[in-house]
Amino acid sequence: MSKFFKECESGLKATALALSLCVIPQAEASSGYVFVSSEKDDVVTVFNAEGMSKVTEINTSERPRAMKLSLDGSLLYVACGDDDAIDVIDVSTLKVKQSIDIGEDPDRFDISPDEKYLYASNEDDGLVTVYSLEENKKVAEIEVGEEPEGVLVSPDNRIVYVTSEVANMVHVIDIESKEIIENIVVGNRPRRMELTRDLTELWVSNEVGGTITILDTTTFSQTAELTFAPKGMRPESISPVGMAMTKDGSRAYVTLGGANHVAVVDTETHKVIDYILVGKRAWGISLNSDETRLYVTNGKSDDLAVIDTARLKVIKSVPAGRVPHDVVVDD
Amino acid sequence: MRFIRFLLGSCIFYLSVGGLSFATAAEIQSVQIALIEYEDDPRYKANIIDARYQAQPWGRLDEAAKLAIKESRFAAQKKGLKFDLTKYEVAALSELPSLINELETQGTYFFLLDLPGEGVQYVTSAAQHSSSLFFNLSALDNNLRGEYCHSNLLHIAPSRKMLTDAMAQYLVSKKWKEALVLYSDNEEDKRYLSSLQRSAKKFGLDIVSEKVFKLGNDPRDRYRNNISLLTAKDDYDVVFVADSKGEFAVDIPYSIVKPRPVVGAAGLVADWWHWAWDRNGAPQVNKRFLKKGKRQMTGYDWSAWMAVKVIAEGVLRQDVFDLKNFQPMLLSSEFKVDGAKGYPLTFKPWDQQLRQPIFLTSLNRVINRAPLEGFLHPVNNLDVLGNDQGEEQCQISKAMGKKK
Repeated sequence: MSKFFKECESGLKATALALSLCVIPQAEASSGYVFVSSEKDDVVTVFNAEGMSKVTEINTSERPRAMKLSLDGSLLYVACGDDDAIDVIDVSTLKVKQSIDIGEDPDRFDISPDEKYLYASNEDDGLVTVYSLEENKKVAEIEVGEEPEGVLVSPDNRIVYVTSEVANMVHVIDIESKEIIENIVVGNRPRRMELTRDLTELWVSNEVGGTITILDTTTFSQTAELTFAPKGMRPESISPVGMAMTKDGSRAYVTLGGANHVAVVDTETHKVIDYILVGKRAWGISLNSDETRLYVTNGKSDDLAVIDTARLKVIKSVPAGRVPHDVVVDD
Repeated sequence: MRFIRFLLGSCIFYLSVGGLSFATAAEIQSVQIALIEYEDDPRYKANIIDARYQAQPWGRLDEAAKLAIKESRFAAQKKGLKFDLTKYEVAALSELPSLINELETQGTYFFLLDLPGEGVQYVTSAAQHSSSLFFNLSALDNNLRGEYCHSNLLHIAPSRKMLTDAMAQYLVSKKWKEALVLYSDNEEDKRYLSSLQRSAKKFGLDIVSEKVFKLGNDPRDRYRNNISLLTAKDDYDVVFVADSKGEFAVDIPYSIVKPRPVVGAAGLVADWWHWAWDRNGAPQVNKRFLKKGKRQMTGYDWSAWMAVKVIAEGVLRQDVFDLKNFQPMLLSSEFKVDGAKGYPLTFKPWDQQLRQPIFLTSLNRVINRAPLEGFLHPVNNLDVLGNDQGEEQCQISKAMGKKK
């Protein structure tokens, strides 16, 4: 989710109507950077979004993967699995200013819309750790299925959705009671989640199942399933993981992992419009602020692909460290 | 009856996550899973296990099965079920038929077989209940997927053929095409050799010489037990040791006369799991197993873990647990499981073998994963390993078997 969008959500009650009013220019200046975490180098590589020249490498704790910007763009949070930490990078100095002890092997995380709490999945333990960013301490642990991965806090700050790659479920956790209120069966090895802009649908990528499960956010039942068939790729290589949705809610981009493509999906019709060949093991994905560019990390070719969203073509590919994982754009 | 029953009581999990109207204890249906072992299984002799031979078991398989049951608790709870795992050990393979019949009578329909090939045949010969499902965890014998296949028998462990196919692919891809093969004259190694011969033919590997080895130090047998004499004469790119036990093979690397790689049962070894695989969520599986089992996880452990996961995934994908339709569902192309080694895993309907990638492994590294890039199959690339449709003599007659 873009920073811009999150700001809107935090400022307004997250109703479909309110969101549609939320198209106002961003107030504060952005850094102009693109951040890429590389799992095997223990660094976050910083590029200038303009021209994609490399600015620097920020040393982090071990195995940096998921990243997220604070609402004002001043802080970049980076989950570092092998050091059981979430590093906090100061975007103005490009240095790690704090390392949060978050429990064993944090994978992905999300921050509540009021920025008071951080929710992280602990891959090894089958836990979700709730961390208070105000008090700087762990406040709760919630048991979920093994290898929890995707974490998503609803914009109304009432629910945390967590995928378990082993249980093949989305756990729906009530924030108030910190209890699981529903377990939704999805496809095999569910990874990431995205809410549609009208908040009625939760999209879940199933890496091994090769599909996207679309869930109704009121009934928690499956309403549709997306399948993919990029030309020339074997069905068994199709492993959807990362997703990015446009602000107008019309389009979703999905990385297909081992199938080396990004699928472009019309969210209204649930049809795939196009497939873009990017690189080996297409994984992390992010749109820039005006949505003219789409950035994709390729974990097995160690590079970052930059896509022109008007032409749906890769226009540039830059080296991005060993096993690049996630990408965050702050332009 | 002399079999011993071990209650693995810790395997019953009730979830205590609040806020939900879960089935009460009285409504929870128990799904019995029996793990069947042979007390004198030569693969589990203490000295063999302690030696940590490559691609051999490093301990019994109950911890792996228990781990998978723990991982399946959300699936079980969602469906109002619980999985109960019980281990049974027979003192003689001939006791298996009566044990299986007794358990079937008592309502056990899921069996995890950690038995040598002969034991698996004893079991299938006794199967009475048409819905019983036998999961072969550790018998690699090609004939169990061929002439001795059985409609109720599903193979989680790969066949020997899948392993020799994987290695042949690798050797050909490296252009190490000329192989000297060492094998012993026990029946199992002869079958290993024959599997290798078929793989060699399939992928274009040239077996320059086949020599019989014999464990021992008798000087009169020196042309069979002396590694230098066995490996001096021929010209070859690689030595393939077709040793199904691993005891002879372990001494071959660095002991042959020529500076050539050793593969097969030592050196570079085809295996279906390895603790060093670091993709597809494997590190997490390995860590969980290490915590529980206090040792690294082997292919045999993976089989036990995977078999329970297949059962749990089946339960999750049925609206209501239905044993009668369970096997047809497992064999359908829509049924996929995640084995933490890449690819969605499915069953081959023609011999009921779980399709899976095979690792080419050194002691502490996965060097490559077969099917290797460039080895393609018209339908599913995993089918370049082992039996392809119509290739074997498996005569599964059940409709679900869908014999070509």
